[in-house]
Amino acid sequence: MAEKKISVMDKIREAGKSITSGVAEEDIKYWVTIHIMGKAYRVPADLTIMQAIEYAGYRLIRSCGCRAGFCGACSTVFRRKGEYKLQTAMACQTRVEDGMFLVQIPFSPAEKPLYDVKNEELESSVILKYFPEVARCVSCNTCTKACPQDLEVMDYVQAALRGDFKAIADGSFECIQCGLCAIRCPAEIVQYHMAQFARRMYGIYGTPREKNVEKRVEEIKSGKFDKEFQRVMSLSLAELKRIYTEQQNTREVY
Amino acid sequence: MAELELIGGYPAYMRESIKLVEKTRSRRIGKLPPQMTPQEREEILNLCHPDYAPGGKRAIKVGPNAGDIAPNEVVDLLEAYPLIEPNQIDLSRIDYEIDVLIIGGGLAGTSAALLANDSGIPANKILLTNKLRHGDANSMMAQGGTQAADRPNDSPVIHYIDALGGGHFANKPDVLRALVEDAPTVIKWLEELGALFDKDADGNFVELTGGGTSRRRMHACADYTGMEELRVLRDEFRNREIPVLEFYPAIELLTDEENKVVGAILWNMETEEYKVVKSKATILATGGFGRLHIRGFPTTNHYGATCDGVVLAYRAGAKLRDVDTVQYHPTGAAYPQQIIGLLLTEKLRTSGAQPVNKDGEEFVFPLEPRDVESSAFIRECYIRNKGITTPTGMKGIWLDTPLIDIINGEGCTEKSFPAMVRMFKRFGIDMVKDPVLVFPTLHYQNGGVETDPQGRTNIEGLFVAGEVSGGVHGKNRLMGNSTLDCMVFGRRAGIYSAEYVRKGVKIGKPGLKHVEKYLKMLKDAGINTERRSPILLPDYRGKAVLARMIDIF
Repeated sequence: MAEKKISVMDKIREAGKSITSGVAEEDIKYWVTIHIMGKAYRVPADLTIMQAIEYAGYRLIRSCGCRAGFCGACSTVFRRKGEYKLQTAMACQTRVEDGMFLVQIPFSPAEKPLYDVKNEELESSVILKYFPEVARCVSCNTCTKACPQDLEVMDYVQAALRGDFKAIADGSFECIQCGLCAIRCPAEIVQYHMAQFARRMYGIYGTPREKNVEKRVEEIKSGKFDKEFQRVMSLSLAELKRIYTEQQNTREVY
Repeated sequence: MAELELIGGYPAYMRESIKLVEKTRSRRIGKLPPQMTPQEREEILNLCHPDYAPGGKRAIKVGPNAGDIAPNEVVDLLEAYPLIEPNQIDLSRIDYEIDVLIIGGGLAGTSAALLANDSGIPANKILLTNKLRHGDANSMMAQGGTQAADRPNDSPVIHYIDALGGGHFANKPDVLRALVEDAPTVIKWLEELGALFDKDADGNFVELTGGGTSRRRMHACADYTGMEELRVLRDEFRNREIPVLEFYPAIELLTDEENKVVGAILWNMETEEYKVVKSKATILATGGFGRLHIRGFPTTNHYGATCDGVVLAYRAGAKLRDVDTVQYHPTGAAYPQQIIGLLLTEKLRTSGAQPVNKDGEEFVFPLEPRDVESSAFIRECYIRNKGITTPTGMKGIWLDTPLIDIINGEGCTEKSFPAMVRMFKRFGIDMVKDPVLVFPTLHYQNGGVETDPQGRTNIEGLFVAGEVSGGVHGKNRLMGNSTLDCMVFGRRAGIYSAEYVRKGVKIGKPGLKHVEKYLKMLKDAGINTERRSPILLPDYRGKAVLARMIDIF
């Protein structure tokens, strides 16, 4: 029995080894050639751009963060073989293609204006007060094309000009703040900083406070659950196990 | 160059299995396998949970937890030599002299900074340092939600019992009580700062359950919950002009003559110079250890999740607890190759997605606690041989995601799971129409540096918050209690470190006596090794390049 259990763990280790300990050449069937900052490297065809850069021998400090598409650290620009178009992507979320030329963008230079959301009002002028360059938008849609999340960036910039905070919040909610829009924008707008400000303003002034949570905070403050906590925390392990099982059996599923 | 042909992202043989999943789908709607009894849960954990399977662990030889069992990968780092020699460092020049040093800028560290500031520590007496960028943290990747018992049919006591049972009754009771009692305050705080939680037409939170959670209390922001919470807190932090360092990990803590922690040595990853920080209080918020790939598992974790905080605190004499348990999230991506190990939120299962095997058969209640659910997946793949093997040799089971739209109405998947849909679409798979392949992935460090309800450790001057800490989750954390932990104990560490400073703590000269002592312990224990820690980042460079790399410049 013990033998069998060990072998399950060993099999799992073997199955995941290219992901956990670096790719070994003998395991690879399919290869492509990519050009990292102009230098050609032969890399496994199954990798993301980020994994391929590492396979090629680079140890990343910049341009690598969550490795899962949430943090916006690994902005990358590339051109495919034979294509004039400059593409933008997150290196951790894009598979390599044969012949691609690429470079990572380690940092997006943009100053964030300082504000105190508690002292502002929800009116269209407040956006221009902190982000006057929004008025320079020429509706070229370059920001939208650059967005690796496929957000309609230009639409929410236009919504900012109308003072439509809900539309900015909805349109920008999935923004990972990678900065590719701002780097490409000919009007030098910093879309993602503006959207962050607008979302917070909308959350604070554009949506009602939730009632249940406010009530519960007051109840806890007033000590409503203290007695029950004292009782539960003095129970024996056997009694705790019993009420836990009871509670699990009366669970709300969906 | 002839690559494997794919149809809608899958090779033909996987398509055959998908047909079987489709065949059983209508029969499975609304019919779930029963939950396991406590005895069945225990049996399956013993049979195939990586924590319980033989091997993979050993006793720690040195330090406050000598004799305790921990994963080999963790013990390797505890039984390793420091990156620096104590006499290499010039401690006569102090670069920063402050009140509160915070190491780590995820939800825990950022919350700590805000609350220290709220509690009277001026911004310029706080310093937040990050290994990578501010916000580079597992917090940013949290998808499913944050628990808070705020609905009328729920209470903090019910939340307490759920978390206690999920943690195998090993949780530290007073710390757990702090977690559940502060939870509604945390949600209210975020809302007041402008975080956008999912709400219904009446303005009430849309709340879901999670594995092992008996009431609906998961507060979510689509499947970008951690990202929304952290970017709001970080924006508030930036507006207050609290000093921040990036690409500056702490490589050692500093202690005074009384072994109080009084700051840290930071190291610039790019220029390689060090900085000396003298601080009255130090808060460790460095996160977990997913990138150690314990037992060879892929991970959901951030690039920087390398156990640094535990290593540093342990050298200074801090006690650890529950480091023997590791959380494997049941639903890591197992296909395609490019996303192996990445997280598929538990919220998919709370919204109706079911795990099924290669024949399209259901084999487990979808919402067991994570350790139990993961064990059931491993059994299905490696003991019952009912898993699907990918072209690169991974095994997995199907998560039948098309059920989400069938149960909740068309468009629900795209609305509730934009990040998931986007990720699979990028690699050619439509999870609204097709199931996705999953296998357990290393997700969370259940234990860590032992904390009390104020975020204090057994070492004066050292506070901890978030994943680096141990006690609150016992032996297994529930969904939605991690982001909560970060904010509850981040806030508490901020408040109580400020109090510690305000009470007028007198600190001595910063030194590395504790490191010298630890070095001696390692030598006395006969630990001869080339290993050095903290490791700061994992190394994924190709083996062919590493074999011919020489260090000459």
